[in-house]
Amino acid sequence: MRTSRTELLLGRTLLVVALVLTVLPLLSMLSAALQPADRNPTGLSWPSDPQWINFVTAFQVGHVWQLMGSSALIVLGVVPASLLFATLAGYALGGLRVRGGRAVLVFLVLGLTIPFEALIIPLYYQAQAMGTLNTQWAIVFPLIGLFMPFSVFWMRAHFVNVPVELSEAARVDGASIWQEFRRIQLPLATPALSALAILLFLWTWNQFLLPVVLVANPLDRTVAGALTFFQGQYYSSIPLLNAGALIIITPAIVVFLIFQRQFIKALLQGAVKG
Amino acid sequence: MSHPVARRATARAVARRVTLIGWLLLVPALAAYIAFVVWPLILGVQYSFYDWNGVGAATWVGFDNYLKVFADQALLGSILNAFVLIAFFTIIPVGVGLALATLIRSLRSGWFSSLSQTVLFLPQIIPLAAAGIAWAWMYAQTGTVNQVLGWIGLGFLARPWLADYGTALAAVGLIGSWVLTGLCTVLLLTGIGKIDTSLYEAIRLDGAGWWREFFTITLPGLRQEIAVLVTITVIAALSSFDIIYTSTQGGPGRATMVPGLLIYRIGFTQSDVGQASAFGIVLMLLVLAVVLPIQRLSRAADR
Repeated sequence: MRTSRTELLLGRTLLVVALVLTVLPLLSMLSAALQPADRNPTGLSWPSDPQWINFVTAFQVGHVWQLMGSSALIVLGVVPASLLFATLAGYALGGLRVRGGRAVLVFLVLGLTIPFEALIIPLYYQAQAMGTLNTQWAIVFPLIGLFMPFSVFWMRAHFVNVPVELSEAARVDGASIWQEFRRIQLPLATPALSALAILLFLWTWNQFLLPVVLVANPLDRTVAGALTFFQGQYYSSIPLLNAGALIIITPAIVVFLIFQRQFIKALLQGAVKG
Repeated sequence: MSHPVARRATARAVARRVTLIGWLLLVPALAAYIAFVVWPLILGVQYSFYDWNGVGAATWVGFDNYLKVFADQALLGSILNAFVLIAFFTIIPVGVGLALATLIRSLRSGWFSSLSQTVLFLPQIIPLAAAGIAWAWMYAQTGTVNQVLGWIGLGFLARPWLADYGTALAAVGLIGSWVLTGLCTVLLLTGIGKIDTSLYEAIRLDGAGWWREFFTITLPGLRQEIAVLVTITVIAALSSFDIIYTSTQGGPGRATMVPGLLIYRIGFTQSDVGQASAFGIVLMLLVLAVVLPIQRLSRAADR
């Protein structure tokens, strides 16, 4: 195999341009965040006297601790319940191949195409009726339901591919359905479950529409939903707004850099399945 | 050994038990789905036939709210904007993704290719709302875009891109391109990895150049991936909300107004719940109308 030298050079140059364009907005945020808070920054430039203090100010003024706590609470409400429900349903549809399962699957798949925007008005009045409006539950409950079609679809795809011989062997050995599920199926499902957990974490953490509509106090939202609050809070200071936004996106980026292989794999498989 | 009839009876009992347990396992998932997707959808349909401000009494108005969708310039304009956004959320990311994926494949060097994938993927990880904030600053009068234009001698083009009626929608669209190109590139790269390498070797031996290789082997091999990406990105374009909310709020005027933001405005700022619900149902049908043919096409192509 040979690739001509010019082709290789051209390819690398174009790729480097693409990489620069990808990180440019993030760098430009950093550059703005390091300029004096009371001045209008100009473009991309490394400030002679970087104002790291802006991050401290943004952290305090933005009540970032409280926000992270609220986000963590919402993630803890959504992710484990979604994983549990989806695993049970996925096993019923893909492993036990329950009678009537096809109809259930079609019924769920229809939900994959409904944009959240189409449901947001009724979700508001539903939360009001349930008394959960303006609490984190107003975000947690609907998200479990809204993520359910995808989550079940994902887990079913895993269980469908587990060879039937495995469960037959277990039953011959006298295992009950429950024992078989606990001892054989769950351990085998770990990779599928952790990939789904990563996706659900990311989608919950970055969820914007539901928090903005259903929770009036920005400090009880997800961090992404609280970005509107930042825009109001730092209206007069672009450096502080950028510092605040950078603080908000850093945890997701750090988690991504640590688990990047799993992240990319999960998102790609998610794309194909969704 | 038990009697065959008895054994068949036991087998049937076991099957019945499995069905029962299976349905019990489905209950939590179905309950969550019905309670927070199906039931709100039914409520939304119901609201869409009423004139209701969310607090007082609701009056039945039949299909009035739906008729207004097609008579109201603001509503129609937002739908048109959403279709323009498809160019930026779908055509650019998939097109650029194809180019980048082919480039990365031809590099074959380990670290540079994995570094590229990680970096290109970054925009996919951060909240869309944060992308809106980052780019609002990029596009500002004193922001990086105008600065770069100055550097390359195009300073006369400088303007506040998001505040300019002529450029705002394209500028917002490019934020979507920025977010989605990485996902497209990496998925297409995975797709290319599944194509049989002997095909490439064969066509190179035939003396084919880059273009012929691309059109006879790479592109046909990626049909499935492209269909998936077009589906995802079209839905993202039609139901865009986060980016618009934090970058332009639909302005200037209605230049970047999209259905999602308009539903929010009509429903919660103007308290016209019936109209907002009708628009929500129309948006859902619009997404279905665009996405289902793509699915069907990709399936037909497979056969």
